[in-house]
Amino acid sequence: MTQYLIRRLLIAIPSLLGISVVLFTVLALAPGDPFEELATNPAIPPEVRANLRASLGLDDPIWQRYFNWLFAMLRGEWGYSFVSRIDVDQLILQRLPVTLVVIGASQIVALAIALPVGVYAATRPYSIFDQIANTLAFIGFSLPTFFTGLLFILFFSVYLEWLPFVYRTDLSETGWRWWWEQLRQSIMPVMVLGLFQGAAWTRFVRSAVLDVIRLDHVTTARAKGLPESRITLRHVVRNALIPVVTLVALQMPIVFGGAIVTEQIFRVPGIGSLLISAILSNDTPVIMAVTFVFACLVIFFNLLADILYGWLDPRISYR
Amino acid sequence: MTEDDLRQMIGRVKRGHLSRRGFVRRLAAFGFTAPMATQLLAIAGAAPAAAQGTSSYRPTRRGGGGQLKILYWQAATLLNPQFAVGTTNQDASRTFYEPLAGWAADGTLHPILAAEIPSVENGSLAEDGRSVTWKLKRGVKWHDGQDFSADDVVFTWEYNRNPAVAAVSSGSYRDINVVKVDDHTVRVEFEKPTPFWADAFVASRGTIIPRHLFRDYAGANSRDAPTNLRPVGTGPYRFVSFAPGDLLRGELNPNYHMDNRPYFDSFEIKGGGDAVSAARAVLQTGDFDYAWNLQVEDEILKRLEAANRGRVNIVEGGNIEFIQLNVTNPHEEVDGERSSIKTTHPAFSDPAVRQAMALLVDKNSIQQFIYGRGGPATANFLNNPPRFRSPNMRSEFSIQKANELLDGAGWMRGRDGIRAKNNVRLRFVFQTSVNAPRQRTQAIIKQAAQRAGIDLELKSVTSSVFFSSDVANPDTYTKFYADMQMYTTTMTQADPQLFMNQYVSWEVANRQNSWQGRNIVRWRNDEYDAAYREAEAELDPVKRAALFIRMNDLICGSNHVIPLISRPLVSASLNNLRPVLSAWDNTTWLLGDWFRET
Repeated sequence: MTQYLIRRLLIAIPSLLGISVVLFTVLALAPGDPFEELATNPAIPPEVRANLRASLGLDDPIWQRYFNWLFAMLRGEWGYSFVSRIDVDQLILQRLPVTLVVIGASQIVALAIALPVGVYAATRPYSIFDQIANTLAFIGFSLPTFFTGLLFILFFSVYLEWLPFVYRTDLSETGWRWWWEQLRQSIMPVMVLGLFQGAAWTRFVRSAVLDVIRLDHVTTARAKGLPESRITLRHVVRNALIPVVTLVALQMPIVFGGAIVTEQIFRVPGIGSLLISAILSNDTPVIMAVTFVFACLVIFFNLLADILYGWLDPRISYR
Repeated sequence: MTEDDLRQMIGRVKRGHLSRRGFVRRLAAFGFTAPMATQLLAIAGAAPAAAQGTSSYRPTRRGGGGQLKILYWQAATLLNPQFAVGTTNQDASRTFYEPLAGWAADGTLHPILAAEIPSVENGSLAEDGRSVTWKLKRGVKWHDGQDFSADDVVFTWEYNRNPAVAAVSSGSYRDINVVKVDDHTVRVEFEKPTPFWADAFVASRGTIIPRHLFRDYAGANSRDAPTNLRPVGTGPYRFVSFAPGDLLRGELNPNYHMDNRPYFDSFEIKGGGDAVSAARAVLQTGDFDYAWNLQVEDEILKRLEAANRGRVNIVEGGNIEFIQLNVTNPHEEVDGERSSIKTTHPAFSDPAVRQAMALLVDKNSIQQFIYGRGGPATANFLNNPPRFRSPNMRSEFSIQKANELLDGAGWMRGRDGIRAKNNVRLRFVFQTSVNAPRQRTQAIIKQAAQRAGIDLELKSVTSSVFFSSDVANPDTYTKFYADMQMYTTTMTQADPQLFMNQYVSWEVANRQNSWQGRNIVRWRNDEYDAAYREAEAELDPVKRAALFIRMNDLICGSNHVIPLISRPLVSASLNNLRPVLSAWDNTTWLLGDWFRET
């Protein structure tokens, strides 16, 4: 097991390096630089722009910039944002709590919908409940989040005027009022993301459970006279969870990465909106940091999923 | 109407022989608009020069207005006005920092940290145009309690002109000399006579920064100053907190130097999202007081306004959406560059073709069906302030006239219906940036052109590429590797000098200057150059205005530039909010004068 872990971690190093090289090159080759707006402003002499570019090392060859970045990263220096001159780690930390709360909550909502609904629908395939769940799931994941987001805003904010649609990080209320306001402003983004994710997962859980429920060991368990709930939980769900775990684990880095579209619609200051604004202003250090952390998390959660397999199914061994 | 006539009439008004109203009426007969006429009087000294009635501030005590909530669909990322790239950052830093004077909506100066606006009459503006003396307001304090003085103003100049600092406003400070006369007086000295003296220390590029906090960061380490993110200014509101890219908060400054101001106890500027939902948050749900820069289809704004909670503010400025007809040949490469001034355009070198193109642009439909209130059609390149607006230009849409013109010039229709002459076919590449209204405009023009035997190939380039200064990319607007192109050029000051250098021959964009030159259409005209040189040194405001009008007429008359619509600033505010806006300055230029009607 330890050997397996070490081997996996060693394999991760070249893949991370590869990812960083690709990211960096793509960003360097993309048109534009962070001082685009200066170029179109007649009042700013071109020398100022040249000075700024030089001070940020933008005129060095790509490979040199890459190695500068890499060595700084290895020393734990993430660099600073070209645009705001704040350290990138600080920028990310500023955005992290909101992202974790909103996106994390939406993933929990998604799981809370997908697991019970998917399992229940699979234990009674083609029943009325299954049909309705299926239909809703189809609708859920065929509607893109930007559409449901706007729909929610139009209905709950504009028509009913119940919920605010601009997410604020500086709620002035205190005590339970604060919690109430927080709930009111979070509920729409969380639901939009949660329902979308939940719908997709429901379909997945259902089919995974259906696959298992027909197997011999389940029939045996039934023949033994075990109660249905125990069969479902211990013999069916546990086995069906293996593919589900893979899917959920691969989705987990999103909790960090944020949801670009939904964050933009509801003005949630999460990491997704940080990333998109950094991309729009060609703020390379921020883009690199966010995408790189994201890549690390993807690799980490992949590993975690592999380890979870072993716990769920002892037949899987690590060599 | 000549300059002499004008001057005589102004003289009669001054002597009291002609009423000001009579003057305005007489000028109107010559096609001058009323605001233009009054402004002519103002600049000629026959009326008070400083802005009148920029603000009708009514609250009688400081504070008590609750919170002011402003929504920007772009978010501020830093708070040092000298590094503020883009309006969002400028506006955000402007809430704390102030210049000596700002530009009011009518293009006149409004004193802020200055005790008065310099003028020849009060002796602070040198007759020879070589210096201007600013008297500073007394008793102004920085937010940290230190006194504001002439030292801060001199320091701001030193800070900006230092190339190591790389301040974005450095262009306004490089060629001037600033002298401290006493603690509350500074003199700005120019190398040569400078009619436009209100550049340094004025408006968005003129905000004064505190010497005691930036002194140690006035070099290559300028970007590490802690004050860059925790501003200490003289403005009506003090800094509370800032999350880059998200939220800026400020609170009332109890020691503000203007009486009874500000009205609000605190403000917040929330950033992010998109323009349509920002309009919605003000006009439809009323969650916010003010939404900035709503480049949204007018139809949508009208629908949102129907909720009757807020209204749309339209402030006229100098920004203009226009078409350029390339002077050079974009299809021929000379010395490694296309559109080189060594070439001439095969078709657009014929004035008849250019005139026909201008006749084929249906500006009224473009205004009516695409831009609405956000884009009134115009025949001039230089539209505002009104004193610089030419009364001589007319635009017309007539496919028939275009056809006659082309027939007359010998451009005959070929078998495919496209006109040609001497193997030159009227087939043009028309490029612009990707933006729905622009693509619709392109389509309108293409349709009309088709009926006159001109084939337009429409090309749209992503904004980030089109407006980039990437030397390696062939699709940027400054390279202009197309026959025609369309975009908006911005006028950031109430003075047209900088704006009109877009057509002087020494500004031609080419390989040598990495396409940084401002003359993108590559038009060269000796008369224009001479007029521009003259305007640079002309101290008589009336003569100078006449020169700029002449320049406008020359470039528009050449038809190498076809003005389409002017782009006023569009914003939304709640019905009871009284914002003070100006297209010549930042949105927040007079935030201290904003109040809520009760």
